[in-house]
Amino acid sequence: MRDVAVIGVGMTKWGELWEKSLRTIFVESALLAIDDAGVEKIDSMVVGCMSSGLFAGQEHIGSLFADYLGRKPVPATRVESACCSGGLALRQGFIEVASGMSDVVLVGGIEKMTDVGGNEATYALGTAADQEYEGFHGLTFPALYAMMAVDHMHRHGTTREQLAMVAVKNHENGSRNPLAQFPFKVTVDMVLKSVLVADPLRILDCSPITDGAAAVILCPADMARKLKKPVVRIAGCGQATDTVALSSRKDLSWMESTHLAAKAALAQAKRKIEDMDLFEVHDCFTIAEIMIIEALGLVKKGQGGKAVEDGLTAAGGKFPVNASGGLKAKGHPVGATGVAQAVEVVEQLRGHAGERQVKGAKRGLTQNMGGTGGSAVVHVFEAE
Amino acid sequence: MQSPARSWREIPQRYRLEAAKCAKCGFICFPPRLVCPQCGAREFGPHKLAESGKILTYTVIRVAPQPFCDQSPYAVGIAELDDGVKLTAQIVDCDPAALKVGLRVRIEFRKVSEEGEPGVIYYGYKLVPE
Amino acid sequence: MAGIIGYGAYIPRNRIKVEEIAKVWGADAPSYKKGLMLEEKAVPSPDQDTITMSVESARSALKRAGIDPREIGAVYVGSESHPYAVKPSGTVVAEALDATPAVHTADLEFACKAGTEGMFIALSLVQAGAVKYALAVGADTSQGAPGDALEYSAAAGAAAFIFGKENLIAEALETFSFTTDTPDFWRREYMHYPQHGGRFTGEPAYFKHITGSAEGIMKKAGLKPADFTYVIFHQPNGKFPFRVGEMLGFEKKQIEPGWLVNKLGNTYSGSSPLGLTATLDIAAPGDLVLLVSYGSGAGSDSFVFRVTERIEEVRDRAPRTRAQLDGNKTYIDYGVYAKYRRKIRKAE
Repeated sequence: MRDVAVIGVGMTKWGELWEKSLRTIFVESALLAIDDAGVEKIDSMVVGCMSSGLFAGQEHIGSLFADYLGRKPVPATRVESACCSGGLALRQGFIEVASGMSDVVLVGGIEKMTDVGGNEATYALGTAADQEYEGFHGLTFPALYAMMAVDHMHRHGTTREQLAMVAVKNHENGSRNPLAQFPFKVTVDMVLKSVLVADPLRILDCSPITDGAAAVILCPADMARKLKKPVVRIAGCGQATDTVALSSRKDLSWMESTHLAAKAALAQAKRKIEDMDLFEVHDCFTIAEIMIIEALGLVKKGQGGKAVEDGLTAAGGKFPVNASGGLKAKGHPVGATGVAQAVEVVEQLRGHAGERQVKGAKRGLTQNMGGTGGSAVVHVFEAE
Repeated sequence: MQSPARSWREIPQRYRLEAAKCAKCGFICFPPRLVCPQCGAREFGPHKLAESGKILTYTVIRVAPQPFCDQSPYAVGIAELDDGVKLTAQIVDCDPAALKVGLRVRIEFRKVSEEGEPGVIYYGYKLVPE
Repeated sequence: MAGIIGYGAYIPRNRIKVEEIAKVWGADAPSYKKGLMLEEKAVPSPDQDTITMSVESARSALKRAGIDPREIGAVYVGSESHPYAVKPSGTVVAEALDATPAVHTADLEFACKAGTEGMFIALSLVQAGAVKYALAVGADTSQGAPGDALEYSAAAGAAAFIFGKENLIAEALETFSFTTDTPDFWRREYMHYPQHGGRFTGEPAYFKHITGSAEGIMKKAGLKPADFTYVIFHQPNGKFPFRVGEMLGFEKKQIEPGWLVNKLGNTYSGSSPLGLTATLDIAAPGDLVLLVSYGSGAGSDSFVFRVTERIEEVRDRAPRTRAQLDGNKTYIDYGVYAKYRRKIRKAE
């Protein structure tokens, strides 16, 4: 297996992009990544997208984007794992380069969510849950995560305020991200007064509906060194599944797939979790971030709420989580998120993160997951 | 419009709570499956779920997906039935203030949704306080 | 000898008071309450219908009967508010009970007596030896037109009876039906609400058929009013059962245990059947019970039952009728009622 480096990153501003179509949004980010990498030839494309079919009536997007990027007949593969489609695309690209199958691989993640109304969007997102045993009964994603929150609060004493603090921290970080959908700050009070979506989660506990894409270029680390690019390697990668239905889990508020994927990624990178300087994690809901930092091993199970309250995961804290603003402030175009997390970490490890820069960051971890944790992909990045 | 086949196929589970018990390790699968998730065995015997249990977790949905919009707000939860099986369903006939972890509930036959006024009606199980 | 081997009742939890309805339509609540002897009625939740209530009442009947549902040979659901115009309620009930596939099923309608119709047929099949056990359910979620007098009483509920020849809890001693073509109350296809003949629904309809049926069965059985411990009449409002009882020579105390309408409303096909379940909940072995239903259009089915010893053993295997009527009530206002009953016009 060869060492894999990220030599180009690209991401445009995220939000409700009324004037841009699915294909335009993808191509714009992909071009930024290609130009950043300065490569001519691309050997393969991997696209992560949860549901262009339900959101835009468009499947076959590997080929569509290859064509519109002016790159046909390049092999193009679209992968899906609900909200971790982006992370999964990155892993597939990593495998292609590491195995020697391809040299230069473009990995892109995309979701165009605003071409359908709110109801259709909710339906499309709901397909990540168990259709016959969760969706059939009227469950939504906020409801599933709300139930995880109720369990976490009941068993571990996590408070409503601690959940709010996750949103406050991520907006604080996001206010320094020019590409974020919501680059403004919020207060605990604002979160607690925002409208209820599924008790106890309020609208400011939930990541938004967003249009956006992100892209990276991967190549063998040797090629990156020869090109005299700052070498940021993907040092490790892990992936795991768990039950799709929340009720089938032994522990209703523990993210086992994240735990296993992180263990595998760190083992491959020969690192421990404490070696990481920053983390980009999947805060689809505030409670998710709390459960994720426990599953990653940053804190003990049940201590996630307290960790946020104590500032452990703030920008200047011991474990900076979501310096980019996370899904909450940056936005969550579903398939794009996993790749955008990689973009942030790479920029941080290059020292190019501007006001968001985590000082001296050398190693970063991204964690992306699907549904209520039915799938998870973790990558470990290291700057040489 | 989805084919009526999709909901008809789930009738034994939705109307009669028919589950499957692993012949090797006794794990109860609801819905029934081909492979036991606990031991990997592929042989099962019949098992009908217990009709009552207790609430493990719950929420009240206020922003509802399409067929459920008119029912908002409605409560949903995961119950642990008296035979150990965990079930996700709506919780009805319950004052929202009375919802709590540990609440005893039993299963009742209710209408879950329908394909609009002209469409098929989907019946199934819901949870009511005991 | 055939008879009832199991019975079950289901009453939804929501209630709306007469005052609440009267307030909206500018009617005089006290005169409705006094004139019709009504106080409040049961309202189904949006997730309840004739089928769901039939299933729950039938499950209770099965618990009391203690039989294997696969041995039920016939399932009849009588209602004037079947959820589908074409596709039987009976098949859903039969599936839910695990009585399928070796079962005969039919849906029945005859205004408020569709329930006792099913009882008559179920009993007859068992008597004839054509089936071992037969289930009959009377259930309705009928509507009254907004602002019409019927809106004060049209309510929801279900009662189920399983008939057999062994382990009876009530022997069926006699039946009689009295039928004529009398257009007192009707609903044309595609119309939302029924129409009725006002005062014509009284003497030539309700009273004529109930007295005709009751007198007919008592003559056939050689019995008189004083022989019965209890009598249940169809209950379209609070007054009619007492008036017809008086006309026939029954006393108030024979009628009262099965008289639910003041708190329940008129559950149409469930009306006299629920009166019977409430009576069976408290009857003693040896009691003679007369059931006289009424369905507009018009007809009346009568049954004479004699309660057996076994009633004491099984009655608490499932929820009692008055426990559901009086306990756990949720009062709703007219807005919520109109929403639940789909009386509000929504966007296409």
